[in-house]
Amino acid sequence: MSWMVWTVPTAIFFSAIAAMLAGMTVWEIVSPTIERKGFLPISTTRGDRLFVGLLSAAFIHLGVIGYTSLSIWLALAASLAWLLVLMRWG
Amino acid sequence: MNKVYNNRAWLLVLPMLILVAFSAIVPLMTVVNYSVQDVLGPNASFFTGTEWFRAMLNDPELQAAFLRQIVFSLTILAIQVPLGIGIALIMPKRGWQASAVLILITLPLLIPWNVVGSIWQIFTRGDIGLMGWGLRQLGVDYNITRDGTDAWLTIILMDVWHWTPLVAMLCYSGLRSIPDAYYQAARIDRASKWAVFRYIQLPKLTNVLVIAVLLRFMHSFMIYAEPFVLTGGGPGSSTTFLSQSLTTMAVGQQDLGPSAAFSIIYFLVILLVSWVFYTTIMNMQKDKNSQGGA
Repeated sequence: MSWMVWTVPTAIFFSAIAAMLAGMTVWEIVSPTIERKGFLPISTTRGDRLFVGLLSAAFIHLGVIGYTSLSIWLALAASLAWLLVLMRWG
Repeated sequence: MNKVYNNRAWLLVLPMLILVAFSAIVPLMTVVNYSVQDVLGPNASFFTGTEWFRAMLNDPELQAAFLRQIVFSLTILAIQVPLGIGIALIMPKRGWQASAVLILITLPLLIPWNVVGSIWQIFTRGDIGLMGWGLRQLGVDYNITRDGTDAWLTIILMDVWHWTPLVAMLCYSGLRSIPDAYYQAARIDRASKWAVFRYIQLPKLTNVLVIAVLLRFMHSFMIYAEPFVLTGGGPGSSTTFLSQSLTTMAVGQQDLGPSAAFSIIYFLVILLVSWVFYTTIMNMQKDKNSQGGA
């Protein structure tokens, strides 16, 4: 595994993604998702909204890192808030 | 017909998942790991955090390449899609002519990408190339190694030559699938050729056109071999596209950290565009199904 040059932050990052996928699977088994339409222009399932949330989180982080001097934690907080809004009302 | 839903069917995907894990997921994770470090060698790496990402996002050369890439993709789409539709409309519909034209049109698609580059490289040479020599004889000062505009026009021409057939073939198959009844109804209404195109053929082509646009956009956004062979990204950096900048950085200069960060940004852009296209296609089919059901 040493050739993959793991670091603690990236390990945490991938563990979080894996945990989310596992969590979504359990959630789906316990109560299957129903496709619905929220404020997004398309009707989405729970998994669609998670994907949109993660993808926009990536671009939020890139924007903050590249073009502002704000802390990356702020980007993380904004992404999490956006993800929650998206999951609930998206 | 009732579809049976059984989630155990997912187990059938497992072998593929394992394969993809080794061919894509593990390498992608490694790229992410590289993007936050300066790796000097085995057991010698320094954590750099977001430094590479900041550097890549603010690199003027990469920004220029990104802009160039978008202009290129949009230009070839604006040319190839209408041209492809036009070619599909005038292609013979039955008989041996139809087969002959199909084969002729498919030929450029069968040529390997760097061979296409070589063909056009020779074709546009001023001393021996038919096009280069011919244009010079006509008094045009045409030189793709010196003039950026010439290089651009040639790359666009080359891409149009290479890939319009794909759009034309997709549209042709779309046109073939329109039932004759539509045309008969149009004849009864004495609809003009334009009306037939606007209200029968174009709406029926929407699905294949979305696929054509998606394929052409994705491929032109990742274009590498053809311009690399034809112009090498020159003159200067006027035809250097994203994947070539990436190769120069990763393979030429061995800047693994920055190029890993750049790859991730590139990947995210492609992921975003693919998702938008995919969702559009899926939504269009859903609308169609709900219309059919109503």
